[in-house]
Amino acid sequence: MPKDNSIKKVLVIGSGPIVIGQAAEFDYSGAQACAAIREEGIEAILVNSNPATIMTDKEIADKIYIEPLTVEFVEKVIAKERPDSLLAGVGGQTALNLAVELHDKGILEKYNVRVIGTQISAIKEGEDREGFRALMNRINQPVIESETVETVEDAVKFARKIGYPVVVRPAYTLGGTGGGIAETEEELCDICSSGLHLSRVHQVLIEKCIKGWKEIEYEVMRDQYGTCITVCNMENIDPVGIHTGDSIVVAPSQTLSDREYQMLRRASLDIISACDIRGGCNVQLALNPNSFEYAVIEINPRVSRSSALASKATGYPIARVSAKIALGYGLDEIKNAVTGKTYACFEPTLDYVVCKIPKWPFDKFYTAKRTLGTKMMATGEIMAIGNSFESAFLKGLRSLEIGQFSFKHKKLESCTLDELKEKVIIADDERIFALAEMLRRHYRVEQVCKITGMDIFFVEKFRWIVEQEELLSEMEYEELSPAFLKKLKRRGFADKAIAELLDVKEEDIRELRFKWNIVPVYKMVDTCGGEFEAESPYYYSTYDEVDEVEVSDKQKVMVIGSGPIRIGQGIEFDYCSVHAIMALKKKGIETIIVNNNPETVSTDFNTSDKLYFEPLTDEDFYHIFLKEKPMGVILQFGGQTAIKLAKFCQKMNIPVLGTAPQHMDEAEDREKFDEILEKLHIKRPKGKAIWSVEEGLKVAEELEYPVLVRPSYVLGGQGMEITYEAHQLERYLLNAFDRDPENPVLIDRYLMGREIEVDALSDGENILIPGIMEHLERAGIHSGDSTTLYPSVNISKEMKEKIITCTQMLAKELKVLGMINIQYIEYKNDLYIIEVNPRSSRTVPYISKVTGVPIIDLAVEAMLGKKIPELGYGVGLYPEPENFYAVKVPVFSTEKLPRVEVSLGPEMKSTGEVLGVGKTVEEALYKGFIAAGKSLPMQGGTIFATIQKYDQDEFVEIAKRFASMGYKFIATDGTAKKLEENGIPARVVEKLSVPPHNKFVNEEDEIFKLFRNGEVDLVVNTPTKGNDSKRDGFRMRRIAIESSIQILTSLDTVRAMADIVAKQVTTDQTDIYDMGARRHE
Amino acid sequence: MKAQLILENGMVFEGKAFGYLKETIGEVVFNTGMTGYQEILTDPSYCGQMVVMTYPLIGNYGINLEDMESSKSHVRALIVREKSDYPNNFRCELTLDGYLKSQKVIGLEGIDTRALTKVLRDHGTMRAIIAVRELTPSQVKLKIDAFNNQMAVSEVTTKEKYTIEGKKMHIAVIDCGIKANILRSFEQKGCKMTVFPANVSAEEILAANPDGVFISNGPADPKDVPETVATVKALVGKKPITAICLGHQLLCLALGGNTAKLKFGHHGCNHPVKDFITNRVYITSQNHNYYVETLPEGAVVTHTNMNDQTVEGMYFKDLDIYSVQFHPEACPGPTDTAHIFDEFITVMQGGKLNA
Repeated sequence: MPKDNSIKKVLVIGSGPIVIGQAAEFDYSGAQACAAIREEGIEAILVNSNPATIMTDKEIADKIYIEPLTVEFVEKVIAKERPDSLLAGVGGQTALNLAVELHDKGILEKYNVRVIGTQISAIKEGEDREGFRALMNRINQPVIESETVETVEDAVKFARKIGYPVVVRPAYTLGGTGGGIAETEEELCDICSSGLHLSRVHQVLIEKCIKGWKEIEYEVMRDQYGTCITVCNMENIDPVGIHTGDSIVVAPSQTLSDREYQMLRRASLDIISACDIRGGCNVQLALNPNSFEYAVIEINPRVSRSSALASKATGYPIARVSAKIALGYGLDEIKNAVTGKTYACFEPTLDYVVCKIPKWPFDKFYTAKRTLGTKMMATGEIMAIGNSFESAFLKGLRSLEIGQFSFKHKKLESCTLDELKEKVIIADDERIFALAEMLRRHYRVEQVCKITGMDIFFVEKFRWIVEQEELLSEMEYEELSPAFLKKLKRRGFADKAIAELLDVKEEDIRELRFKWNIVPVYKMVDTCGGEFEAESPYYYSTYDEVDEVEVSDKQKVMVIGSGPIRIGQGIEFDYCSVHAIMALKKKGIETIIVNNNPETVSTDFNTSDKLYFEPLTDEDFYHIFLKEKPMGVILQFGGQTAIKLAKFCQKMNIPVLGTAPQHMDEAEDREKFDEILEKLHIKRPKGKAIWSVEEGLKVAEELEYPVLVRPSYVLGGQGMEITYEAHQLERYLLNAFDRDPENPVLIDRYLMGREIEVDALSDGENILIPGIMEHLERAGIHSGDSTTLYPSVNISKEMKEKIITCTQMLAKELKVLGMINIQYIEYKNDLYIIEVNPRSSRTVPYISKVTGVPIIDLAVEAMLGKKIPELGYGVGLYPEPENFYAVKVPVFSTEKLPRVEVSLGPEMKSTGEVLGVGKTVEEALYKGFIAAGKSLPMQGGTIFATIQKYDQDEFVEIAKRFASMGYKFIATDGTAKKLEENGIPARVVEKLSVPPHNKFVNEEDEIFKLFRNGEVDLVVNTPTKGNDSKRDGFRMRRIAIESSIQILTSLDTVRAMADIVAKQVTTDQTDIYDMGARRHE
Repeated sequence: MKAQLILENGMVFEGKAFGYLKETIGEVVFNTGMTGYQEILTDPSYCGQMVVMTYPLIGNYGINLEDMESSKSHVRALIVREKSDYPNNFRCELTLDGYLKSQKVIGLEGIDTRALTKVLRDHGTMRAIIAVRELTPSQVKLKIDAFNNQMAVSEVTTKEKYTIEGKKMHIAVIDCGIKANILRSFEQKGCKMTVFPANVSAEEILAANPDGVFISNGPADPKDVPETVATVKALVGKKPITAICLGHQLLCLALGGNTAKLKFGHHGCNHPVKDFITNRVYITSQNHNYYVETLPEGAVVTHTNMNDQTVEGMYFKDLDIYSVQFHPEACPGPTDTAHIFDEFITVMQGGKLNA
């Protein structure tokens, strides 16, 4: 059946900001789907609140609305654009939920919009637990028996029916507490009664325990004519019980015989047929390792993180094919874009092993409870390809950028076997290293399998790696033979790992290898195991004889990607990498991308001319460089990951396009940078490195409080803090030197001023500043966590001039070619510099979109030698728009991470961002807040306040405004007193009491009850000291966030909310804007 | 032990021998299935062939006694990138290495199987030798030239006629190297089967008075077994006939069509086939080097391969003849086309397909 010609205009809904569980994979799928739609001559209208995405580029869709993903705003888009169709399946759960809501509210019917692809009824059937279970029963597919109960009696009754052990999962609990596995009725009564108590809704789920079963996923496709295929299956190395997003996953499955493989494949296809899926779908199954017994865990009737992984693992473009199916095509009518010969209707076969490892944010959130469970905590992931399991896994390990090149883990070496055992049983992010350490100490493989539920197939592989590590440790460098070295390289060992184990330098191993001619070759990912000739330029390295890469004699440039998504380095950098490639392609230069993140657009098979799916380490990068010999490599778009390669490039004389490595170093080295600032007469907050508590206190006196303190080496334990008084500083320093007496602590004067951020382009002489951004929150909150305004509202003309001059001087002095990002503070009418990044920053996509300046294109031109005045966008500050404001609002995933500090500070916590645009600042802010999911307190709402003493005066002024608008206040003792003194009535509540042993909170506390009962609309809390999970402020913030109550920890944000409320901005009054039309007005 | 795979074009791949260590000559084919090595080893259609697995890790779940497609391994050699030394599966009874030893089959590991596959793809299927000691080029040529696989069917067919009891229809099975799961599939549907050697005569079959005849899969070129073609020819019009794989090709020849050799064959579990009866595409398991090049007169094409458009199924309404090239019995591979057995039974009972 050919394309449905009645489809002319399709609305595509994106997935919104990056949060844990919903990351860059939906930018990838959305962008791919839009391209698939537009090449058919069909108009694509895009709505997504996330500006840091490729999909919201004017090149991707015909009309782009960066608007809040709420029913109200999407309805506005529908009313304005009148699309005939809606594609919901490429924007994650967000888009799916929105589509269902639009349908249920009759909006789709009202505007005559039909859903294409999987239909609403099917989505509902797949998502609704009871509905899905009924369907599975109808088609004889086993599900895991479970029931939601509200009493212990019901739990016992159900458990008797399904048999022990059972899993008890309380619904909505604090700090991820409660629940567990009950082996007996007695245990069940215990766990269940405490679970019911902890649950906000007094419900627990009782589920048949399938602990230790294998978790297997199938990515399947189906068209509306009933043809269905599986794209890929995947096996989780971690058994059922750990979220697949937090599991190490291999593709294809390794331990399933054909009979098991086909049984589960058949089940998956039967399920999607029964659900009438039209497009891609993910089916998760649990398989009893000791029989053919299996159970369906769940399905995702849409493209997903797993489908992005499957796409990259196989080369099969799932989102693209899903979009084509939605347009009416059958699978047998869609060409396989990879081979160009075969059709989308086939099943990819792999002739390599793919390994995915999650990237967790615990290096930033060191107070977090790291236990892995059924709720995903990883912010991103890496994928690695090898032709053995060991090589895929070891490549994956070093792609994570956690300093691990082998299994040798310093911290765990000092653990006892008991401690290690506990770590692998409870399972946290370091379990794999703990497991390896156990094997190193000859703990029995069979027993490791028993206590972890991992298949012995994998554990034996790990044991083999450990065994080689031990051999190396006991070996002398001179004893290393070519045969052994080759064997290690074939199995994925990094030079660095071998060098560390032999106690030599990495280059010693490299030189040896080159001498012995042990170098990698590259193999192609082609979907068909080499059976057909393929056109896909998608490669991975192996230590084989035959190389498949054809190196062209064209001019070529290598772009280094940004690796896994983590806090502080998100999708923004992939945006930059992709744009760099597009700019280079436009110039007729062959492009090569190196990256290891399967979620991204940059690793799509047709983004660049060549894709190397490899770790971003010196070694792996160098081999590709040697292979391709590009005219230069571009590092400045890949965040810190790419910048890390600068030193190596300098050492190896690898041509870097753009700012030279030694100048990058000048910007990053504190001392060298201070010299430059002095020379240019640019101020920075005074500061010093100190070595003792006494020295610190003395320096702080000189600098004047408040001061910003931070360790010079972040060892994971203590971050930055702002201290206002000597005793606070003393406590911090005592703690810091106690943890690490070897390194100094940095003390800077803390200027409580306005923070200003600038991204600039430089050709070494001239600069162009696309826009000056003002932070809503004052200095002290990480720039990534600040609400950012463009154009600025409070920066004077003179100050702007000063910023332009300073930026120009710095760019010139640092010989910047390409991008530079500078953060300033305006304090008492003076300009201070706080940070310089000689690279592209996370604000680039945002500012590109709202100014219409194609920043990355221009940066690439500058790197290749063009002068800025020639580029057609002028020099200095690009003209600011009138009557147009665009506000970037950060989005957090803190509620998903138990025991993580909520309050904002100098360390970044946000995972994503949204944009709000409007004719006034208030409109833009309003939309930004709505898009970020921040609910504004309704007129006459209740504000709960607990404010530290340094902020109380300021808070009173804001509180007065809220009070005059009819808001009520509840406050703790000191704050309430202060409010009362200023004529604002406030109900006083007791602080949180010390909770009973092993509990996070005393449920009798009044604050707890207020939050739980939803009697508070907004919590305003400015914290005294951060990161101490035992303090009541910390607990109060966690209770608020886990009770889904809006909490603000910066008074600047609260003030902005007061402004919006005072102006009475409502959704009805706000407008929507096509961002595509904004460019080049 | 070091060993070399020497192709007839002179290319050499060096690896390590495992299994039963002895020099072997055969025809090299590659299989793209990611699972199912055990079924492949025991599939009689591979008689005379050295199988290269494109998936690099082979032997992960070991060998069990349940998933055998025949009583022994028929491949000449198994060529892999890496064999698993620590297999695991709840049914795992032997290691791959151990099984090959017991079957006197050589294995070769440590081969760049992707490079080898691409050579076979580009040059076509080749004969080769796995040498466990140094050989001169002329020795290699002599040995390779001496190889022929024309007797493959007689090697794998049943020596004696036997019966599998069933309550429903009676099928005469011509065993050219039948896979166990074809027998199991008919058996599950209650069919009674009389299984004959491939060189059976038409009279013998008619004497058994079956409701229909089924011609099985098997190794090598259909033109190597003219006596079976003659038997089939004599049965046409007398009994309904169904067939799979080699049987399908034999039917083609018997009915006046022609067969030819594919460049590198179809060996894998991911071949899309368009079914014109249900108007859907199914993923099928395939294993053949020859194909129906010229259709016999009166044939209706029921199935086509989506990759190269070759004939995958044909139906003769008036003659009650229906055959497919792919393997509906799977093992290894997808079970998507299991319904073909119902269609076979329909045809053999004299019913008509909607094609």
